[in-house]
Amino acid sequence: MYGSGRIIPALIIFVGLMTFPIWYNAGKAQQPPELVLPSEYSECVRDTQFMRESHMVLLHEWRDDILRKSGPRSGVTASGMQYERSLQKGCMSCHYDKKNFCDQCHDYTAVVPDCWACHLEPTKEAI
Amino acid sequence: MKKDRRDFLKLAGCAAVAGVGSSTAFHSLLRGEAEAAGLKRAGTKKDKSGTRLGMVIDIQKFIDNRDLAQRCIRVCHQIHNVPDFGNPKDEIKWLWTDRFEHVFVKDTHYRQAQHLQGMPVLSLCNHCDNPPCVRACPTKATFKKDDGVVGMDYHRCIGCRFCMAACPYGARSFNWRDPRGMDEHGRSFISEINPEYPARTMGVVEKCNFCTERLAVGKIPACVEEAAAAEAMFFGDLNDPDSEVSRVLREKFTIQRRPSLGTYPSVFYII
Repeated sequence: MYGSGRIIPALIIFVGLMTFPIWYNAGKAQQPPELVLPSEYSECVRDTQFMRESHMVLLHEWRDDILRKSGPRSGVTASGMQYERSLQKGCMSCHYDKKNFCDQCHDYTAVVPDCWACHLEPTKEAI
Repeated sequence: MKKDRRDFLKLAGCAAVAGVGSSTAFHSLLRGEAEAAGLKRAGTKKDKSGTRLGMVIDIQKFIDNRDLAQRCIRVCHQIHNVPDFGNPKDEIKWLWTDRFEHVFVKDTHYRQAQHLQGMPVLSLCNHCDNPPCVRACPTKATFKKDDGVVGMDYHRCIGCRFCMAACPYGARSFNWRDPRGMDEHGRSFISEINPEYPARTMGVVEKCNFCTERLAVGKIPACVEEAAAAEAMFFGDLNDPDSEVSRVLREKFTIQRRPSLGTYPSVFYII
C-alpha cells in the first residue's frame, strides 16, 4: 500500500481521538442528578416511577381536561391528599425549588421544555 | 370530422349534466355538509339546552360612572397578566372601550342617534354561539366549550392569526413582542405580575376568556364584579330562565353587535 507508513498510524490516532470519550469514561458510573425534594411532603400526586417517566403526559392531560372539558381544577391522591391540577399553582407550590428539581433532570437529559415561556416560575419570595 | 356549433353545444350540455350529477361535491351540497361561512346556521333556531354563559352591559351606567370602564379594564388586565406595550399598533386588549359608532357599526342602519356618537362602549369577546374564529383556527387552539365560553389553548396556537381575520369584533390580539419583556426605558410590559395566572409568549393570539378560571372556583368575571356596585354589568346562564342575565334580558331592550353576521353573540347591550 502506497504511503502506509503514514496512513496507518494516522488512522490509529484518528480512531483513538474519536473514541476518546468512550474509553476515558469507561468503568466510571455517571452520577444521576440529585433532586431536592420538598421536605414537607412525602408523596406526589402519583407514584415516583410514573412521575419520573410521564409527568409531562399528566400535565398535558390536566391541561386538555381543564381547558377544553371544564374538568376539575383539583384532584385527590390515593391516600386522600388534595392537590391542584396546575403546573404553576399545583406542582410548583411543593416543588418551588425549580433549579434543584426541574432543571436538574432536564439539563442531564438535554431536554428544553418551553413551560416557562408563559408560566411563571416561583419567585424568590416564595422560596 | 366536421363539428358545427349545434353539435358542440349538445355535447357540452350532456357533459355538464353528467359531471354535476355524478360529482360527490354536488351530493354533499345537497346534504348540507358544506357550510359556507356558517350561513346555513344563521337564522335557524338555536339549541336552548345546556349552559350558555352570557353578559349584559348597560352603557348608560358607564356614562354615569366615567371611570368605571377604565377600572374594569385595569382589573381584568391585571389579573390576566395582559401586557401594555404602550403602542396602539401592538395593543393587547381583552376588555376595551371604543366609540359607539365603531362598536355598533351602522350595518343596515342608515343613520344613528346623534347623542350616541362618540360615546365610549365597553367591548370584549362576544363568546359567540356560532364563533367564526373557532371555524378558522387550523390547530383547534380556540374552541367552543360546553358552557358557551370560547376558550383558547395558548399551547396550541401557532400564531397564524386566521382567527383575528375571522373575528368581526376585533376581540383578538396578537403578541408581536415578548409580553414579559420591557421597553427601551426599562419599563416591564406587565406592570404588576399576577403569580396565580400564566403570561403568554410572543407569537400567540390572546383574548378574553370570560374569566373561566374564576368561574371554576365559583366567582363571577372580574369586570362584572367591579361593575356590580353600579349595576352596569350582569352575567349568567342565558339558557337558565331564573338567572340574573335572563331577568335583565326579559326586562330591558337590548342589542347585540353585528347580529346580521349570524355569529349569535352572547354579550348584549342596554343602550
